Amino acid sequence: MANNFTPVIGLEIHVELATQSKMFCGCQNDPFGAKKPNIYTCPVCLGLPGSLPVPNKKAVHWTLMIGLALNCEINLQSKFDRKHYFYPDLPKGYQISQYDQPFCQKGSLHTAADRKISINRVHLEEDTGKLIHATIKGKEVSLVDFNRSGVPLVEIVSEPDLPSAAEAKEYVKKIQQIIRYLGASDCDMEKGSMRLEANISVKTSDSLPSYKVEVKNLNSFRFLQEAIDYEISRQTRLLKAKKKPVQETRGWDEASSKTTSQRTKEEAQDYRYFPEPDIPPLKQTREQIKALKASLPELPEAKRQRLVKEYGISKTASNIMTAIQSTADYFEAAAKEAKNHKIASQKIANVIINKQVDIKKNPPSKFVQILLKKAESRVSDPKTLEAWVDLAIKQNQAAVADYRQGKQAAIGFLIGQVQRLAQGKADAVKVQAILHRKLRKKIK
Amino acid sequence: MPKHKLSKSQVEHVALLGKLKLSPEEISLYTKQIQDIVGYVDQLARVDTSKVKPTYQTLDGTANVFREDKIQDSLSQEQALSQAKETYQGYFVAPGVFGKKTDSHKLKPKRIKQRKKIDQYNAVLTLANPKGQIGHKDLFLTKGIETTAGSQILHGYIPQYSATVVKKLEKKGFKTKYKLNQDAWGHGSSGENSAFGPTTNPWDKARTPGGSSSGSATAVATGMVDVATGTDTCGSIRLPANYTNTVGLKPTYGAISRYGVIAFASSLDCPSLLARTVTEVKKYFQMIAAPDALDATSQSTARHSFKHKSAKTIGLPEEFLGEGVDPEVVKTIESAAKVFEKKGYKIRPVSIPHTKYGVASYYLIAPTETASNLGRYTGVRYGNDRQSFGAEAKRRIMLGSFASSAGYAEKYYEQAAKIRTLLIKDFATAFRLADIILAPIAPTPPFLLGEKIDDPLQMYLTDVHAAPVSLSGLPALAMPGGFTKAGLPIGMQLIGPRWSEDMLFDVGEKYQELTDWHKRSPKSTNGK
Repeated sequence: MANNFTPVIGLEIHVELATQSKMFCGCQNDPFGAKKPNIYTCPVCLGLPGSLPVPNKKAVHWTLMIGLALNCEINLQSKFDRKHYFYPDLPKGYQISQYDQPFCQKGSLHTAADRKISINRVHLEEDTGKLIHATIKGKEVSLVDFNRSGVPLVEIVSEPDLPSAAEAKEYVKKIQQIIRYLGASDCDMEKGSMRLEANISVKTSDSLPSYKVEVKNLNSFRFLQEAIDYEISRQTRLLKAKKKPVQETRGWDEASSKTTSQRTKEEAQDYRYFPEPDIPPLKQTREQIKALKASLPELPEAKRQRLVKEYGISKTASNIMTAIQSTADYFEAAAKEAKNHKIASQKIANVIINKQVDIKKNPPSKFVQILLKKAESRVSDPKTLEAWVDLAIKQNQAAVADYRQGKQAAIGFLIGQVQRLAQGKADAVKVQAILHRKLRKKIK
Repeated sequence: MPKHKLSKSQVEHVALLGKLKLSPEEISLYTKQIQDIVGYVDQLARVDTSKVKPTYQTLDGTANVFREDKIQDSLSQEQALSQAKETYQGYFVAPGVFGKKTDSHKLKPKRIKQRKKIDQYNAVLTLANPKGQIGHKDLFLTKGIETTAGSQILHGYIPQYSATVVKKLEKKGFKTKYKLNQDAWGHGSSGENSAFGPTTNPWDKARTPGGSSSGSATAVATGMVDVATGTDTCGSIRLPANYTNTVGLKPTYGAISRYGVIAFASSLDCPSLLARTVTEVKKYFQMIAAPDALDATSQSTARHSFKHKSAKTIGLPEEFLGEGVDPEVVKTIESAAKVFEKKGYKIRPVSIPHTKYGVASYYLIAPTETASNLGRYTGVRYGNDRQSFGAEAKRRIMLGSFASSAGYAEKYYEQAAKIRTLLIKDFATAFRLADIILAPIAPTPPFLLGEKIDDPLQMYLTDVHAAPVSLSGLPALAMPGGFTKAGLPIGMQLIGPRWSEDMLFDVGEKYQELTDWHKRSPKSTNGK
């Protein structure tokens, strides 16, 4: 079907930094681990009279690192600003954020389809407290916990360059992976250390639509995808009926799998940003930026490519090896060790992927020893192998039939069945050869 | 030039931005008053600032002030919740965000609880410790001792921590004796904006002792304490010193930590001191002036950069002595200049051309910042709800919300910040001709209580000689300079470049060696 309804999606990603202490005070930064409400608070993050913010050096450092990892330009002069609004979880009546001079601007990230997703900005702000809506003694109230108030929060804002829910998910995953590589956050959506908002519209011509719908409360990849898909079809339906979707904020409702309009209280919205007078400006020199850039660890994309080149493993294997940095490190250590014993790197990757050896319990050297031991105890006696193969064929006629009908994958299943009989000790290469021979025979 | 006509609905809008609920009578009154003020500040549009960069802070170019990522002690849950009206299982309880709204037409003004008057001038709000030595303006947080900021909002508030200044003085053995009256939040020039009634001037009880540090000045003038803290955002130390024959230092912005001092206008607030002599002020200043890790704006790299030891030339700014200045005030400055001349100082005229725009610039920047700083007072974690703000605080919240609101921020707030740049340049030029500047603190001697309280704009104009100095972040030493024929005190201010306090003290001490104005006390004192 000729479709001139093209989705336009931009994402705002909030990431809580894994600093020891909060953004502007020395309170412990562990809102998720706190056993009780309001135990990590002080005059600053409670917004008591007279208190003043002093920025956390590590949080600024990590923000710059995230910006550099996302190919941003770093502003030589930056500052904090006050963003004003009233809400019970915002203790000062303003949030310290960044307005016109964020730390990082104009970055980008490429998706697998080699689409460039432009990043508008990466800035640093403080998180709010947490509200629980409750009815106490018949009165509607909000219970407020400030353990999260003042936790450093990085906001990454993309341009509306994403065309689909799938690519939006991929983009977020990539950013999550990069930030985890930097060690700047665990980016755990369940814990709320990574939160997503999507700006979604559908365009019918080349120019950007004159409206956008902001969807909040997307605390999993699944919700992100479902909400985007839901919005695309909702908006497309409206546009097809010649109606313009309303510019508004909507929330993802998990129960009904729908987005719903979030009725805002009819309160004036005017953030009245102005430079935070309590904090001197922040300056970077070109040399400092250069040095920071040089100190970036190897990032997922580069590592992926290098592992393929250096170890000769498949792209798929490299993707899996680099998903988590510790796995990649483990793989490299094991692969280096294995080289001395003439074990192929791909084999190491396969064993890790198939979880045949527990990499959490065994250090890389032990891992290689286990492989060697397995090789030693490997059964390659043709008679024994043939007996196992025969039995496996007999017990799995359905798979045999599949294979005959051309389903090559069935061979893998049968190898697995042989291994089950052999308690994993059968020489897989030989088993495969025997299986091929026997199955071909039967076809004849 | 046509005056800006602010509509009622605009006033209603900015009241909403400031989360203020106003009665129709209040809306009418404030609309008129804010119209007057906006009409006055509109004159800033006349200044060509197309090539001027705005100034938002006066920090000598200091940048990158950080704290290391280390965990420090938090308050206990009990301490955190201790000042809340309502808590539930460790949580603060706030009105439900989806709850019903109060109908603003049914609002009744809150009745203010009366406090017992402790002294005949109503200078003292709280007697903290009869054996204490020092009085603190009630903007300074004192752990365990009620701190009100002079506002009904914080009536009954017992702080969970003490200001850095209070702690420093305690360490040196100076315990808090009194918490002193003031215009609520530092908003005012007469002390009349205190929710707990005005402080009177011991030289004439019908008159104002000056504000906002009104209680501090009267307490020092009458000998109730030797020294009191105060704050000077735009003359709040200097004017009371001026009107009570005491000495007050408004230090370089950033010289004394603001941590634990309730914020009025953050880029202008200067915690400071009042005493009877320059020597006394100097002594206490040296105890408390230091960088504070808890105040990023106290960490200027230029703190010890000022090298001049003694001044040789004193400048008289023509704009401070012109039209509208009472002849007795002019005479005081002229006679002081003669004293200095006799002592061997060179007197020469200097010019601060943008002086006339100081008040307008100030009354855009300070309300913008105060509207922001007062956002935290919602009555949930501590204190009373926003209905308890006094009239002046409400006015300034609305004025500041307006000056920084969408569509107006550039015309008002940013233009004011550019005027600030021009004033800083004016002073830099003047300090090339003179080491220090001698000027009046206010255009008139102490005025009567009630004289200006119903006309906010006239009250604001009292600050015409204070504003240029405050906007530039400069230090100024206010000290006695004589008396009117009617026997009312008149002071003067010595203004120096940033971080030149030592030079100001030196000149001030020399003046007090040659004169004895500072030795005079009001006839009726209740001090010992």
